[in-house]
Amino acid sequence: MKAAHPFVHRHLLSMGDLSPADIGLILQVADSLKEISNRSIKKVPTLRGKTVVNLFFEPSTRTRLSFEIAAKRMSADTYNISASSSSTVKGETLVDTARNLEAMNPDAIILRHSSSGAPRLLADHLQATVINAGDGTHEHPSQGLLDLMTVKERKREIAGLKIAIIGDIAHSRVAHSDIIGFTMMGAEVRVCGPATLMPVGIEAMGAVVCGTVQEAVADADVVMALRIQKERQKDPLLPSFREYAIHFGLNPRSIAGAKPDALIMHPGPINRGIELDPELADGPRSLVLEQVTNGVAVRMALLYLLMGGE
Amino acid sequence: MAELHFHPLGEAAGRPLILRNGRVIDPAGKIDAVLDVLVVGEEIAGFRPPGKSDGLPPDAQDVDCDGKWVLPGLIDMHVHLREPGEEYKETVQSGTRAAAAGGFTAVACMPNTRPVNDNQAVTSLILAKARTGYARVYPVGAISKESKGEVLAEYGELKGAGAVAVSDDGRPVANSQLMRRALEYAANHGLLVISHAEEPALSQSGVMNEGALATRLGLAGIPRIAEEIMIYRDLALAGYLARPIHIAHVSTREAVDLIRRAKARGCRVTAETAPHYFTLSEEAVGQYDTRAKMNPPLRSRADVEAIREGLRDGTLDAIATDHAPHSILEKDVEFDAAANGIIGLETAVPLALALVREGVIEPARLVELLALNPARILGVEGGKLGVGARADLTVIDPERRFAYDSSRVVSKSKNSPFLGWELQGQPVLTVVGGQITCAAL
Repeated sequence: MKAAHPFVHRHLLSMGDLSPADIGLILQVADSLKEISNRSIKKVPTLRGKTVVNLFFEPSTRTRLSFEIAAKRMSADTYNISASSSSTVKGETLVDTARNLEAMNPDAIILRHSSSGAPRLLADHLQATVINAGDGTHEHPSQGLLDLMTVKERKREIAGLKIAIIGDIAHSRVAHSDIIGFTMMGAEVRVCGPATLMPVGIEAMGAVVCGTVQEAVADADVVMALRIQKERQKDPLLPSFREYAIHFGLNPRSIAGAKPDALIMHPGPINRGIELDPELADGPRSLVLEQVTNGVAVRMALLYLLMGGE
Repeated sequence: MAELHFHPLGEAAGRPLILRNGRVIDPAGKIDAVLDVLVVGEEIAGFRPPGKSDGLPPDAQDVDCDGKWVLPGLIDMHVHLREPGEEYKETVQSGTRAAAAGGFTAVACMPNTRPVNDNQAVTSLILAKARTGYARVYPVGAISKESKGEVLAEYGELKGAGAVAVSDDGRPVANSQLMRRALEYAANHGLLVISHAEEPALSQSGVMNEGALATRLGLAGIPRIAEEIMIYRDLALAGYLARPIHIAHVSTREAVDLIRRAKARGCRVTAETAPHYFTLSEEAVGQYDTRAKMNPPLRSRADVEAIREGLRDGTLDAIATDHAPHSILEKDVEFDAAANGIIGLETAVPLALALVREGVIEPARLVELLALNPARILGVEGGKLGVGARADLTVIDPERRFAYDSSRVVSKSKNSPFLGWELQGQPVLTVVGGQITCAAL
């Protein structure tokens, strides 16, 4: 497989590190690799002999499994380290953990961590490729890419689309990667949520802040709900889930102003009936499971491009 | 780069010194002229027109200060020496050595040691260590026991042991009643109250300035108002009680304005800022650079401009470094887990001189900010020159450039965002009580 556009990155830490051409290439490669997952023998030898370590300091089912399946379908050897089994419980620092892993010569480390910027710290200390699988409230670039892929499959073009993202914009790393990615590809991204969950200066990332869900979804091509958490530490962010569901929950009524064929997305896991009504989540316009399917393809493409498969 | 030569205090009294041909700048004495300065024993023995050699002690050590500035010894009224308790970061010895290298003849050290300096034992220990250090040390005691913000520390005992002020620096006094009582009770003992102004309910778990950049980096923000609300509270308390108060490390535009207005209505407030707040904006955080993490955090460019204006117009009285040594154990970690603070003793002079070169302040104002005002605010000797005055002197070469890299850092810790910078203006001679503590001639 020869690409027209050279892919020069060694790590994927932030959506902002990529150019529109990079994103175009990743989606193109993902599209061509997607078919492998539909074969009866779901394996190609592309990354045979490569070692991929999943280093997860936060709980994750979907993302960790998605990366593991992606690596295995490309024939890489994969290993999983989770926070409970890692040495951090014994007081080892992230940098020391990384150096010890490095001593075993992995080709790529997939990191999920509760601290924003942790993948950058790792990349600064390691030779191996580092892929950010979600860091704090910063970014989740592979999720942003799979969202782009999923929308592009249905809509052909990203440019010109109206994307509404509803919910906890302040703490959602998915929202941050999506805002950067969709605006970079020419879409209009509107965000809406309780003002307590709207971060200062989000406009600077390219998003348009809307006061009501109705305003945000007006004529939208894509409506995305984010997972809501009632409290973080001692910060009184929301009075109740009940009130959130009434004013910011997505249901057929609240998104009535969107385009009739507007796509429904959610990065999961869903609080059913709070941020997303089951009628939408399970309805014909829902892409929730297609997002998960495409996650494997996008991660296969990332591993291939970043690890320089033959 | 000229090599640094250090001499600890407590060595035998030095030979007489004659500092020749330097530009002597002493705002207290309204002097700004090329003069020779004669130091005999611990005192300044006289000023002479340049070039005269008659009547000099025969063993006088001759120092050519042509092209250099001869100033009252610089005083850093806000440093952390980490001793007792965190000697792996800094000690009284290593911290005062860094002070001498940076041109400081005296420092005031904050009480957040382990244990906290809330009693005479810790104050006395610091002062005992300082006798063989490289600069005078003025301990600042704690406002509250263990700086927990609950009950007052014993100010009489602290004062008796040698403390010059009280502060819970690093741990804001959240309880307004405690701050009121501290201002009242400190007056009984002639101690200044230094406020680390921060409303902890607003700063919460923040790690950098709140704004678009923090949002982009996914880092929890510390809003400007966390600092401003507390400064307003402390100004209101000080005004109501008619007591003096000193505001530490001012970092925002509105904070400068609050202090300016309080001064205009006669409030006895003084304030300091640090070189990083007039030099760097939040953009220095870059890609999670923990060397740009401190509290208060680096703010916006508009704030930096306002700090510079405050230094120019007299709203801000002093430049203090908030020298906060941390080892790589605290800094080579995730940004949100990293400790707050940067070292500053060795970069303050060149960074302050940049304000002079850029036309923000005059040389005499620089001396007010780094020597005269800190002495006045703390109520300690120094900050001015005069025949018979204690011979605490700093000679700086305003032209000399040097590359600031970790190999030349004198402090035990290397946590500075200015590493790698080419700096202009270097202290070349530091004299404490007639004795040379550091020479880079």
